[in-house]
Amino acid sequence: MLFLPVLVWYLIFCYAPMGGIVIAFKDYKILKGIAASKWVGFDNFHYLFSLPSFRQAIVNTLIMGVQRLCFSFPLPILFALLLNEVRSPLFKKSVQTISYLPHFISWSVAGGLVYMLLSPDTGALNHLLVMLGGTGKNYLAISSYFHRIVLFSHMWKSMGWGSIVYLAAITGVDDQLHEAARIDGANRFQRIWHVTLPGIRSTIAVMLILEIGNILSISFNQIYSLINSAVLDAGETLDYFVYRMGLSTANNFSVATAVGLIKSIVGFAMILITNVATKKLTDGEGGIW
Amino acid sequence: MKLRKKLSPESIFHFFNTLLMLIIVVVMLYPFWYVLVCSFSSLYHVQNSTFILLPDGIHLDAYAQLFRNDMIPKAYVNTIIVTVCGTALSITLTILGAFCLSRKNLPGRTGMTLFVVFTMLFNGGLIPTYLVVRNLGMLNSLKSLIFPTAISTYNMIILRNFFSSVPDALQEAAIIDGANQRTYLLRILLPLSGAAIATITLFYAVDYWNAYFYSLIYINKRSLLPMQAILRQALMTSEFDTMMYDDGIMNLPSEMLKDAMIVVTALPIICIYPFVQRFFVKGVMVGSVKG
Repeated sequence: MLFLPVLVWYLIFCYAPMGGIVIAFKDYKILKGIAASKWVGFDNFHYLFSLPSFRQAIVNTLIMGVQRLCFSFPLPILFALLLNEVRSPLFKKSVQTISYLPHFISWSVAGGLVYMLLSPDTGALNHLLVMLGGTGKNYLAISSYFHRIVLFSHMWKSMGWGSIVYLAAITGVDDQLHEAARIDGANRFQRIWHVTLPGIRSTIAVMLILEIGNILSISFNQIYSLINSAVLDAGETLDYFVYRMGLSTANNFSVATAVGLIKSIVGFAMILITNVATKKLTDGEGGIW
Repeated sequence: MKLRKKLSPESIFHFFNTLLMLIIVVVMLYPFWYVLVCSFSSLYHVQNSTFILLPDGIHLDAYAQLFRNDMIPKAYVNTIIVTVCGTALSITLTILGAFCLSRKNLPGRTGMTLFVVFTMLFNGGLIPTYLVVRNLGMLNSLKSLIFPTAISTYNMIILRNFFSSVPDALQEAAIIDGANQRTYLLRILLPLSGAAIATITLFYAVDYWNAYFYSLIYINKRSLLPMQAILRQALMTSEFDTMMYDDGIMNLPSEMLKDAMIVVTALPIICIYPFVQRFFVKGVMVGSVKG
């Protein structure tokens, strides 16, 4: 009986929207309602793939996902390895605590910080460039900088928090191994390379696979806090496309839902695949279920 | 001799490692510091300094301008209402759900778990959810910022795992002593789970405080927008200037007002953060234990 309110919540806010997906196959008109709108089969999907902006959104999402995988992913590992070598416990704890802070700041504030640092009139970066003899630019309004801004702000926000898992894994590495390596004459780098790193290998593998599974999920909040009409061509991700198509510039609910459905299915498949892969890699222990 | 000993590879490594860590600390904190300093500086200082490290005194002009009309206080009240009510609702539902899912003798438990976990793997997406909220008549009301995001399945699973780890013997003993399920939950399980519940409450509270996207799609009355949404609009749209300088006197550049707004929006989180961060870290570690 206690479960009833929870059940009702899930039915209304999770399962009812799943039913609403049918409008991806209809020509949904808000006045007619879902039931009375005409079935159109896969017309919405055909229409979608004929749109250059949709193809651009796929490309942008993939670019941002891949650059995140290549740069944002290794950063917390490196940070955890180096932080672990810090000798003073107090200093270590302080650095750790400070590095988590950006994780708890909303993207609208983080976007605001980026905006302020890059602002053409008063921003710190432009002041610095002018001082060094360069000319200031409005970086947020130039498409070619957008992916880099997304990457750097993501690194800034997620590096510390992402390192928690690795720091915990490093703590689990047997001290005796380090001791033995030291006696055998291994220097610090050799110990990191041959003892610590192999010790956290399985953690890295699991996190990597999860990250690959998430490759399409570029945080909508992040994009939304940084994008403007001048950089739409470089900045539009699939999520942003859904928003623009459905709720912002157009009210094409059916087409926007179709995009959402494609994303949900790909995401679902990715999770299933990565779960199998994780299990394989960790001999059946590392799967999500 | 002494000098040479000091310069062993070991100490060089420590020197550079410490330096790197200090650089990381600066990189993490400087954006906050920069915005804070700008918001308190004089206009002359912000426009003419090349690299701002310290304010030139404490000037409150930007804050005075910010609070001249009631838009910001209203937005702040909205944020507080949503955070308090939302967190209360969320934690109640999460405790109920986690409690039921952790009962080993409950019929249909596996089915319920699947029912819940499936929503983590597949969802209806933005538009169908929007249509549901719309059909419920929640558009343009703070309810739309509370109900649709009330349960985080992830948090519920974390709490379920915690509840499951409490020994069964406790429940058996309580039942023998005449307690029913409700008494057991309220009198025994909850007091035992203080830390876990505190962690999850904080997760929810931070999420509600930081949420801004839903308010921009579900709400189009400015008087109902929370702080984060007002901030985002201020940063990204030009109508903000006419909103803020409604008396027509533009005595400060809007950049400084935006600095002050960022400070006001982020301040509560930054202030409580040092005291509660250990709970957050604990939460992550609990979550990483497989259930």
